[in-house]
Formats: sequence, structure tokens, C-alpha cells
Amino acid sequence: MARASAAPTVRRVTESRLFFPLVVLAVILLFNLVYDAGFFALDTIDGHLYGNVIDILRDGSTVMLLAIGMTLVIATGGVDLSVGAVMAISASVAALLINPDLQSLSNDPNVTATPLPVVLIATLVVATVCGLWNGALVAYGGIQPMVATLILMIAGRGIAQLITNGVRIQIFYEPYAFLGNGWIILPFSLFIVAAVFVVAWLMTRRTALGMFIESVGINSRSSFFSGINERRVKLVAYMFCGFCAGMAGLVASSSIRTSDANNIGLNFELDAILAVVIGGTALGAGGRFSLFASIIGAIVMQAITTSMYAIGVPAHALLAVKGVVVVLVILLLSVQVREFVRRVAAPKAA
Amino acid sequence: MADWLGARLSRNRRFIPLAATITLFCLAYGYGAVVYEGMRDPQVFLNLFRASPFLLISAIGMTFVILSGGIDLSVGGVVALTTVATAALLRGGTDPWLVIVLMLLMGMAIGATMGAFITFLKVQPFIATLAGLWVARGLCFWISDDAIPIRNRLWEILGQTKILIPGLADPTTKQGEFVSIMVVVELLVLAVAVFVAHYTRFGRTVYAIGGNELSARLMGLRVNRTKMLVYTMNGFCSALAGIALSVDVSSGHGLYAMGLELTVIGAVVIGGTLLTGGVGYVIGTLFGVLIIGVIQTLIQFNGQLSSWWTPIVVGLLTLAFIGIQSFLAALKTRQSAVQRRVGHARPTDAGAGEEAT
Repeated sequence: MARASAAPTVRRVTESRLFFPLVVLAVILLFNLVYDAGFFALDTIDGHLYGNVIDILRDGSTVMLLAIGMTLVIATGGVDLSVGAVMAISASVAALLINPDLQSLSNDPNVTATPLPVVLIATLVVATVCGLWNGALVAYGGIQPMVATLILMIAGRGIAQLITNGVRIQIFYEPYAFLGNGWIILPFSLFIVAAVFVVAWLMTRRTALGMFIESVGINSRSSFFSGINERRVKLVAYMFCGFCAGMAGLVASSSIRTSDANNIGLNFELDAILAVVIGGTALGAGGRFSLFASIIGAIVMQAITTSMYAIGVPAHALLAVKGVVVVLVILLLSVQVREFVRRVAAPKAA
Repeated sequence: MADWLGARLSRNRRFIPLAATITLFCLAYGYGAVVYEGMRDPQVFLNLFRASPFLLISAIGMTFVILSGGIDLSVGGVVALTTVATAALLRGGTDPWLVIVLMLLMGMAIGATMGAFITFLKVQPFIATLAGLWVARGLCFWISDDAIPIRNRLWEILGQTKILIPGLADPTTKQGEFVSIMVVVELLVLAVAVFVAHYTRFGRTVYAIGGNELSARLMGLRVNRTKMLVYTMNGFCSALAGIALSVDVSSGHGLYAMGLELTVIGAVVIGGTLLTGGVGYVIGTLFGVLIIGVIQTLIQFNGQLSSWWTPIVVGLLTLAFIGIQSFLAALKTRQSAVQRRVGHARPTDAGAGEEAT
């Protein structure tokens, strides 16, 4: 009813939503340009694009996938801590399906025990079931999201280890490795991200689901009273998040060609959550979300990582930098700081 | 008569999770003692305390944080940072007592910083402490990429002194059941924590904040100061746990205590503390830690099961205890709703009951 008058406001909000992550990204890229003038150089080898920027996108594709699912969950006012563990589970499932015989690994690049489509579908189903479990605990069990997903986060890596019996299964099957290593001008994983993004966008912006999710995030109870099946909305959000985590697990395991239940997706839940927070979706509060801003957030995270490696910060010490970034982002987004800035800025303006 | 029974039941309902925890511990240990002859050895029981002083110490700190309605995900990082910093300082020749004091101060400083973010900038505890976890773990590797061994007389004394249990050991041959100095330290921390939680104004304020922060504020309780103290105290506990771990393994490395925060939260929840805050007992945490210890011991004695079952069982137990708590909370809501309909309870009571669930 107020659509006509709301339209400019909505547009302004969307712009400001993308504004912050884009500024951060620009600062990081500028920093890289100053540090290494050839940072933006692109090479073409066999018609495929290579370069630092492409690397950032390719390495960031798993976090982007996670961020898409995480955005929906955070928009419902929840959080999913288990995505890293679900990645490990799906990597283990996929590797086991390709090579079930743990004793004698076949290193023939053309051999798989299960046809590739079955591997992909089975893995994604398992991951979605993990999401279903989380969603059921949150929506129907009434458990706080952080706690409910913590359970799978604790148990998930144990489950992943049990699936492969503690063995790191190497994957030699070439078509599977294409998911994370293939190139069609651009890295193939980016096309996967694009496909999942389009599905998520259509699902949330071309059906009422997106509005339902935002409504549940803003006020779950009043959504219920306005006739929204708020439990089912939450369930769908968590299931989709599980699906995305499964996809990310596929890409990650294919890119390193093993199922490493200990390390695949380790700490990725944090990157994904941070990406969404940088994208401006309010953690804990939920409500309005922007999938695209979350993708930018994911790229920001990966750009930070890549630039730190470029400077020569050791991999583990990088965590400290990320921690400081989180603190800065939180400060920038916090109401207290904004009010403080406004108070400081106001007398000058007057 | 029925009134009396009902009142008694509802008064004791808060003990149900604690009773369940203790029963579970006894059942699990009893089962082990029946099946495996080795577990009847009293030393195995003492080893439950000896194996992980750092787990209990950090779980005690976490209990206060969770009771206040918060969460601290940084413990693993702070513990690892303490081991690395301790090892580096000792290698550099710093006085060991000074090292201990410095480490405890560092832990408190980290805790206080996170507490300030949570209290004054209204950052969600989960995010603020996550950032703390990353910074702490990152700093470990800034100090050293590799594990640093600790060769120090004091650390040897702390780690290797056997305190013999009277009646179970022979003092002349120094053979028999024993505990280590760190076990005494952890039990001391436990005793202090029980006292602080249940017999001081600070402890009552923590419970009040966890029950309803706004009400606590309106009651004139010093909410900000208490929250700061809770996180500072947890930083202290993490640092102490880090020292305990460094004594245990006599080295320091940034990859130690990976995922410790999750085990610790699991132990606190299994100990019957409500994750929404305000309900729970410090003593329950002891049994939570012991149950995790028993699970590990059972898996070791079994020999067939892989150690990956430990996180799975811990996860399931955490879930089970959350389930019990939600059930009890639902029961309470229904009861207060009934009371409201009958008109026995004052409206404020019913409202408060609903708020708490």
C-alpha cells in the first residue's frame, strides 16, 4: 500500500547496505595496489583467466557459498555454527562414495565407485538433512540457535571421522576435482556460487519466502499471529544453509582432492558469519538482509586473507588480524559509536 | 497435603538437572566398574581429576559467564596463548613466579577488554568473544610458530609432585594412590567459586542478571560492574587453566586447547546450568567435567571404539540436558498459566514465569 512512497527509501537503504562492504573492499584492494602495483594484472593461459583477483574469488567461493545460506539463517534471527562441520561431513560422504574401499585406493583418474550425479545428490541430501536437524531443534525444539547448532558443531567432526573411519581419503577422480579446480574462462567454483546465488535470490525475492524470513527475524511471535508458519520458515532457512554448506564441502574437498575431516571447513563458520555481518545483516536481531551484500562480505574476508598472505603474515597469525577486523567492523556498526560520531560531528555542522 | 507436595516438588524442580547429572555420573562410572575390572582401581577415579585440571578450572569460569546470560568462546585461545607466552617467558629466563602473576594479569586484561565490549558497546557476547578467540590464537603464532618446551624447576615441581592420599598409599615407599598439585589447585578454585556463587552479593547479582538483566538493572543492582567482573574472572580462570595445561604438557603451543570452548560449554550444560542464564550450580559443572572424563575413560577401557565417539557422545549429552531443561521450562510455563487461570498466583508472578522461559 505504501509501496510508491517507500520505494526511494528502500533504494536508499539498499544502497547504504552495499555501501559499507564495498568501501571496505575498496580500501583493501587499494592497499594491495599500493603494496604490489601488479596486483590487478590478469593473465590468460589457454583462454582461462588467472591473477590475484581471480584467486581471491576462487579461494573465496566456499565462504561465499556458506554466506548465502548463513544470510537466510541470520535473517531469521538465528545463527548456524555447524556449517564448518557439515562441510567436513559432506566431504567425507562424497569421498567415501567415490572410493569406498579404504584399504586399496584406486588412483585411476577415471574411476569412481558411484556415478558423479549420485555422489553430488547424495552428499547434498546428507548436508540438507544436517540442516534439517538444526532447523528442527531450533524451530520445533525451541532451543536457542547458537546452542542447537553448537551440538552438530561439536559432534559433526566426530561423525565425519567415523564416516571415513579416520582415514583421509584421497580423491583421484578427475571429474569431481573439476568442481574446485576446473576453469571455464573463470574458475568453475564461481559458476557454482552464481547458480546457488540465483536459486537463493529467486527463492527469496521472487516468492514470498524472503519477506517471511525478514518478518520472522524482526518478530517471530507477531509473524505467527499474522498467519506465517514461522517454524516452517526457520526450518527451510536452516535446511538451505545445510545445503549451501554441503555445496561448500564439495568444492573444498574437490579443490584439495581429499576428505580431510579434521581441517575441511575449520573455522569457516566464523568467516561466513563475519561475511554476513559485514554485509549488514544484523546478527542476533535478524530482519532485513541482502544476499549480494553478504557475497561482497565474503569477498572482503577472502581479500583480507589473501592480502595478508601477500605481505607475509603466517597463516595462523592471520586469525589475529581477522579478530581485529571483526572488532573494527563491530565498532563501526555499533549504535554507541555512531551516536558518538554524530555527537562529535553535530557541532561542526551547526 | 497436595499443596504441600506440589510446593515441595516445584521448589525442588531446580535440582532435577543437577540430580540427573550426578545420577548419570554414578551410573556411567558404576557401569564401567562392573564391566572393566581396571576401573575399580581408586586411582582411575583420581585420574578423572588429574587428567584435566584445566578443563575444570575453565569450566568454572564459564559457569559464571553462562549464569550471567552470556557466553565466552575465547577460552581455548586464551588458554593456548597462556601456554605459549609462559613457555616463551620461561625460556627467556623470567622468574617463574613473576610469569604466573603476569599470565593471570594478561588473562584478566583480555577478559576485561571483551567484557567492556559486551557491557558498554552492547556487542553480542558471542561475537566479542569470538573476536577475542581469533586475536588470542593469532597472537600465539606471532610469538612462536612451533611448540616451545618448558624446562623449569617450578614447573617440574608443580607437575611431578605426588600428593599421596592418606589411607590409600604408603608414605614410606611413596607407592599408592596420589593426586598432583594442580588437582589441589582446581579443587581450591572450585571451593572459592561455590562460595562466591552462593554466598556473596556478587554471586546473587550474577544469577539476577542471568534471570532478567533489565529487572536486575531496575532493582538497582550494579549490572555493568558485575558483567565486567564475570568476564574478567573468566579471563583469570582461562589463564590459570593455561598454566595448568602448560604444567601438564610442559610446553606451549598455539594449537593447544583447540575446540576447548565447546567442551567447556558442554561440561557446563551437562552440569545442569541453563544456557539462557540464571539457573545452575557451580558444583554441577564439576560433575559435567567428571562425566566427560568418564566417557573418555570408558572409551579408553573399551579399546574398540574410536576416540571420535567422545565429541559425539558429549554433543548428544549436551542435547539431552538442553532437552530436559526445555521440558522443565515448558512445565513451569504451563503451571503458571494454570495458576493464572485459577487466580491463585499474583499476575506479576505469572508474567515473570513466562518471561523466564
